[in-house]
Amino acid sequence: MEMRMPVYSSSELDRAEGAEIEALMKASQEPYPDPVAWLEEDIRKSVLVTSIDYLLNWGRRSSVWPVNFGLACCAFEMIATAASRFDISRFGMELFRASPRQADLMLVAGTLTWKMAPALKRIYDQMAEPKWVLAMGSCAISGGPFRGSYSVVPGVNLIVPVDVYVPGCPPRPEALLHGIIMLHQKIAKDTYKKKG
Amino acid sequence: MTKPLCGEDVARQIGEHLPDVVTEFDESAVFVPSKALFEVARFLKESLEFDYLTSISAVDYFEHFELVYHLTSIKYNHSVVIKTRCDKGEKGEKSVKLPSVVSLWRGADFQEREIYDLMGIAFEGHPNLKRLFLWEGFQGHPLRKDFRTFRTGLSSHLDKK
Repeated sequence: MEMRMPVYSSSELDRAEGAEIEALMKASQEPYPDPVAWLEEDIRKSVLVTSIDYLLNWGRRSSVWPVNFGLACCAFEMIATAASRFDISRFGMELFRASPRQADLMLVAGTLTWKMAPALKRIYDQMAEPKWVLAMGSCAISGGPFRGSYSVVPGVNLIVPVDVYVPGCPPRPEALLHGIIMLHQKIAKDTYKKKG
Repeated sequence: MTKPLCGEDVARQIGEHLPDVVTEFDESAVFVPSKALFEVARFLKESLEFDYLTSISAVDYFEHFELVYHLTSIKYNHSVVIKTRCDKGEKGEKSVKLPSVVSLWRGADFQEREIYDLMGIAFEGHPNLKRLFLWEGFQGHPLRKDFRTFRTGLSSHLDKK
């Protein structure tokens, strides 16, 4: 029986995609250390937070624009956080950007699979400095119930450094807001010098 | 509501046109050998007018794989279940083969690719049999019961200490 068959991408494209995933997997055996240097006691004592820092950090934390990265069911809690009841715009964050070039914060909401991981890495790399990452939900933190699965990345910190972890399955919008407030506090303690 | 047909009735109708093909039937399903699967599928589509393939599932039993085809006739608003069994080949080989039904129902395309991807059953005559969900270079077929230990070396900070 003759029939017209659909045209797919050439297998070369598939091989390239597979090679990219395998390479990323091989390179992602160790988690990125959490950027928590600001927490260390001696640094906190020795660094003088100047008024320039205060001004910059106030500007940065007052309009942290998130990039849309809803991967699974956590995305709905993220959407609820953005909607009127919880209203993320109270923090100047109502603009969920579809472009990483305009975003400061990546909200990784949901299960990250190895097939998606190169896309996450690319979007993170495309974001302009300074940038922060918030891992939302147990899947993003550690793989959650899918840890040990054949297709799930056990923690997004294997792919990108994570600033704030928000546990829950999925976390309530209040929890996400708490995480965002913690991120604001973290940004407030940042110093311009250290970045430079 | 779509009426599920009794396996016996369908088996009788198949038997009238393709004798000695149906090996077994029960009240809900008709069992055919994998060699005759395509013939039976074509008969069901062209003569009994089962014009819609609802789903294909694959089951991994101890002794064999079982493929379950749910067919629906939109014209007559009834449905039937066809099952076929195929022996497990050598471990981890691509030797488990079945005829593809893509040339009868286009909807079988992605479903057969999914079964190939996750169960490792090769469909002969499929126009584009390659992995659907997993990437090229993935080792093994993860929904098989004999699929074991995926990259145990891969760890996260929780595994340390």
